[in-house]
Amino acid sequence: MLKISQPDYAALRKHGEETYPHECCGVLLGKMDDGVRVVKETVRCGNTRSDSPENRYNIDPQELIPAQRKAREQGMDIIGFYHSHPDHPARWSNTDLQEAHWFACSYVITSVEMGIASRTHSFVLAGVGEEDKRFEDENIEVA
Amino acid sequence: MKVNIPTPLRQYAEKRDAVDVPAKTVGEALSELVARHPDLRKHLYTSDGKLRSFVNVYLNDEDVRYLADKEATIVSDNDSLSIVPSIAGGSTHWRCK
Ligand SMILES: [Zn+2]
Repeated sequence: MLKISQPDYAALRKHGEETYPHECCGVLLGKMDDGVRVVKETVRCGNTRSDSPENRYNIDPQELIPAQRKAREQGMDIIGFYHSHPDHPARWSNTDLQEAHWFACSYVITSVEMGIASRTHSFVLAGVGEEDKRFEDENIEVA
Repeated sequence: MKVNIPTPLRQYAEKRDAVDVPAKTVGEALSELVARHPDLRKHLYTSDGKLRSFVNVYLNDEDVRYLADKEATIVSDNDSLSIVPSIAGGSTHWRCK
């Protein structure tokens, strides 16, 4: 399960509306507790895929270094990521799975239809390695 | 030097978020890390011993791939190494599933 505050939830959805028709992306910082990920902060990242920003996203690892440092200083961890699917459902794609490597982290996807955020779903990257990795649905608790 | 371990790999490093290793170069730090935590090896390296393509290694704020001496780069105790798996994806192939 992913727990997120209403303002953080609204912020990640709004990010997708702002970058429409391109994909947005960002990092979720917080705590991981017995299979429950609690978001304390969302960090916006720039989408570095300038070749096809409407259907690909890529977070420059360079942007993760300060995010990771900030998390550590405040006793948090990187617990997941979010991105948007402009005019596509809020389901993970094969590309999303192939390029996911953060096990036990949440991958939150928001569908943005005609510029308006519609559904938001979250998936946990499960498995022990590249060979058996898979996405599992997880509930989002907005509070 | 300190090696920062990303969230998904901590389970293979006794749940530590960072490991202190003695090292003179980036390469030595990585070797020492996997020597201490052998379960990390297959997550960081391919079977022929190359760093996996999606594993990024940063010396302080610099991508090791772009340093002139790469893994032979000299390090000091005050430097930190960060292992950062890449984050990417897209909606491209959702229809093919
Ligand atoms: Zn996607």
